[in-house]
Amino acid sequence: MNIEIITLAEVQDIKGEAGNFSVDVLKHPRYIDEDKCIACGVCAEKCPKKIIDTYNAGLSKRKSAYVEYPQAVPLKYVIDPETCIYLQKGKCGACKKKCPVDAVNFDQKPENKTINVGSVILAPGFETFSPEAFENYQYAKHPNVITSLEFERILSASGPTQGHVSRPSDHKDPKKIAWFQCVGSRDMNRCDNAYCSSVCCMYAIKEAVIAKEHVGDELDCAIFFMDMRTHGKEFERFYDSAKTKSGVRFIRSRVHTITPVTGSDDLELRFVTEDGDLKTEIFDMVVLSVGMQTPKALVDLSKKLDIDLTPGNFADTQTFSPVATSRPGIFVSGAFQGPKDIPQAVVDSSAASAAAAELLADVRNTCTKEKKIVPEVSVLGDRPKIGVIICQCGTNIAGVVDVPKVVEYASTLPYVELATDKLFACSQDAQDNMVELIKEKGLNRIVMAACTPKTHEPLFQDTLTAAGLNKYLFEMTNIRNQNSWVHKNNPEMATEKAKDLVRMAVSKVAMQEPLAEVELPVNQTAMVVGGGISGMAAAKSFAEQGYETHLVEKGSRLGGQAVNLYMTAKGEYIQEKLAEMIASVESDDRIHVHLDTQLSNVDGFVGNFESTFSSNGNETKLEHGVAVLATGATPYHPTEYGYGTDDRIITSLDLDKKLMDDDPSLKTLNGAAFIQCVGSREPERMYCSRICCTHSIENSIQLKEKNPDMNVYILYRDIRAYGEKELLYKKARQLGVIFIRYSIDNKPVVNTDSGKLTVNVLDHILNMPLELEVDMVSLATAIIPNKDEKLSNFFKVATNTDGFFIEKHAKLGPSEFSTDGVYLCGLAHYPKPIDESIAQAKAAVARAVTLLARKTIFSSGTVAQVDPVLCAACGVCMSICPYSAPKFTEEGRFAGKAEINPALCKGCGLCVASCRSGAIHLKGFDTDQILTQIFEMDEAV
Amino acid sequence: MTKNKIGSVMVVGGGIAGMQSALDLADAGYYVYLVEKGPSIGGVMAQLDKTFPTNDCAM
Repeated sequence: MNIEIITLAEVQDIKGEAGNFSVDVLKHPRYIDEDKCIACGVCAEKCPKKIIDTYNAGLSKRKSAYVEYPQAVPLKYVIDPETCIYLQKGKCGACKKKCPVDAVNFDQKPENKTINVGSVILAPGFETFSPEAFENYQYAKHPNVITSLEFERILSASGPTQGHVSRPSDHKDPKKIAWFQCVGSRDMNRCDNAYCSSVCCMYAIKEAVIAKEHVGDELDCAIFFMDMRTHGKEFERFYDSAKTKSGVRFIRSRVHTITPVTGSDDLELRFVTEDGDLKTEIFDMVVLSVGMQTPKALVDLSKKLDIDLTPGNFADTQTFSPVATSRPGIFVSGAFQGPKDIPQAVVDSSAASAAAAELLADVRNTCTKEKKIVPEVSVLGDRPKIGVIICQCGTNIAGVVDVPKVVEYASTLPYVELATDKLFACSQDAQDNMVELIKEKGLNRIVMAACTPKTHEPLFQDTLTAAGLNKYLFEMTNIRNQNSWVHKNNPEMATEKAKDLVRMAVSKVAMQEPLAEVELPVNQTAMVVGGGISGMAAAKSFAEQGYETHLVEKGSRLGGQAVNLYMTAKGEYIQEKLAEMIASVESDDRIHVHLDTQLSNVDGFVGNFESTFSSNGNETKLEHGVAVLATGATPYHPTEYGYGTDDRIITSLDLDKKLMDDDPSLKTLNGAAFIQCVGSREPERMYCSRICCTHSIENSIQLKEKNPDMNVYILYRDIRAYGEKELLYKKARQLGVIFIRYSIDNKPVVNTDSGKLTVNVLDHILNMPLELEVDMVSLATAIIPNKDEKLSNFFKVATNTDGFFIEKHAKLGPSEFSTDGVYLCGLAHYPKPIDESIAQAKAAVARAVTLLARKTIFSSGTVAQVDPVLCAACGVCMSICPYSAPKFTEEGRFAGKAEINPALCKGCGLCVASCRSGAIHLKGFDTDQILTQIFEMDEAV
Repeated sequence: MTKNKIGSVMVVGGGIAGMQSALDLADAGYYVYLVEKGPSIGGVMAQLDKTFPTNDCAM
């Protein structure tokens, strides 16, 4: 309601300043009236012009009149003016003649609009690198050399091959597929993209594993790579399992040339193995793992908008303000901020929202609209009058199921007052019509036979609410995903199944009662646990958005691990920035800092928490609506490589300390060696600590700049300088830092026996043992989360096997927990550098503010309820509930019996099934409702 | 900075990043204009098959 989607539109210019911009937008014509189009698809069916389908990455054809994909939003057709015969030559117009609602309008013209806004967020995305220029890879010439995005479409059930893996030239099932990494990334010779695209290693592994799942274990998948960069959360484990369980081959080699095999569609690859042997191997197809880049048009627009770009053409940002562009009031998120994966893009996007909201806090709710509340009609005691709506879903359902027959059948069922069908029940006009029907026919229960309730139930429930009906007087049955889609080849049986499903839904909804949702106030105070960079950034963002915030730190100072750090990857001095940050937190009236304080108890639930602070034996209580956990991490204390036995063997943080102190001894070193992955990527800690490669590279540059004659070595397993950190890696090599790769079964050996400090390592290129004589060894130690089981239990939040908090959803909910009202950020989530920590802190706040802004929340109506008369007070429900919703009633008639807090109950039904007295009922899914559905189903058998 | 602030935000780009920004802002009390150059929102993620590690359909 408060989002206006403007499609086919481009920003031309942004004038004005932070808080008050005027943006010129050019809106291109759709040639189809959005208000009229019902997405029936007739225009595309009648359109005679076939063109390349860009959604399927060019692997299939579509018409000039098209919709990108069936789930497109808005679900409105569009005519491509470049290929439409009418728009090009003035004849045809087949679509216009056949459109049943007269939506086609060839007279639409481009429109210029000026929109006034307080802030702008740029999330324009990326384009994939086009490998056509790489002649030696044959992409432009050979159909079996494809890009990773094309392969993604081949794997997809909605793609050109319906998910069947076949090679383009002859549709043969491939036996061998090769992936080439770093195509259009980390390459200044054949393209200008020096940076690492950050995501290609992981997606190549995913594609290889899924391809094997589709085809079978016999499919041979080989990934040719330089460094395997699986630095994200759970990625290392996935990489390991791809190697050991799925049998994907990983070959460390950059293939120079692909040669088509004469007389067949196969491809011959020549490459040099790690041992230096020249090998040739024949594959059925090759997937090029193409990188991300900023489109040229966007580079030009950025210049016009006065947005500074990095050398790799991404929006330039600072470490301590990671989503702010060089122009105040304009923020950036997604791949335009730097190449990144989905979770990181989601984090940045929420962070950008928080940044814009901080700027505009005093004009909140001045432009938004509020929903009108329709008074609810009482249906208690009324005979059920059921309305059944069968959705055709375009041809999705109607193309298989005989919808008119199902409608006719539904109208004969008990209590059914009305049965009808809709082309798209979810379309706005169908919704409006439903409201009218409910009012006109006095319907008091609705059955919707359509798609999945997971995506559409809330929408239809809103329609009921708009008609004054309790939203629980509704039942949805899925005759698409679980019927027409899976029984395409058997339309008669599918029609019968649709009838059965409708009959079951009708019998259930007839027994449905209106359910009440409890309205709960949301306390407007925030609590942040952890006073490191992440915690402080979160507290500051809450405060800037006008919320009272309590920052709890168990130590005696703010700053966390950052007090030990010297310089960021972008060359900023961390201590200067940190001091500014601490001062701004301490001087903010809205932030209450509690040092030397720990949580000793947490009661309550979303919107209404009560936490007990314990400090030097004193306890105080705080009521708050939300909590952000930013409990951080600590460095691994190494036992290997002689750490602790010799002052010359130190950790990365020890070296940072020397650099901060400008220790004169650093200038006099003749040699220094960095050893990577100390405690990371080991069987007992199967994750990459993400920042150590960059950290060591940064420090190696510091040493080289202090003394260019110093011999500096970095001993590594894979260099994971993702994104534009790759440029730092390049700089280090240019300064003469020597990178030597070692393997996990042949680790370097540090020796001090002779008084000299030496490191022995097997050089992988020369395949020769080397002895490096140095004056310092710096160990890149793992990052270990501060595991706090008490805290996890207080908030019912889980940690993974490594001790990092588990977020709500790895991709789409990276900064929040499954527990409502609790959020996370920083190292407690996963190792990350300062810019990503601050972004996640802001993201956690943005998510928390969406809750605080509601002021009140409603619990779900489908919750469990105890009949205290039947309750035997055995307590099984309490022990089984994952959300701590049941409790013994403390006073009154039913003291000692269980009762369930509807605000905590998630309606999972575990307690219902476990109750030996049959005292617990799940509202909306009561036993008799489920049984009647089973009995009705039984009739079908 | 201006004194006449406006309580609305323009989000340029309707991929996963733009959609997330738009939703967060709208739910926090700001009116959002979501500007997309293509005919529908969703971005590149809508073209992906499955996403790691949940193997959820990207759609």
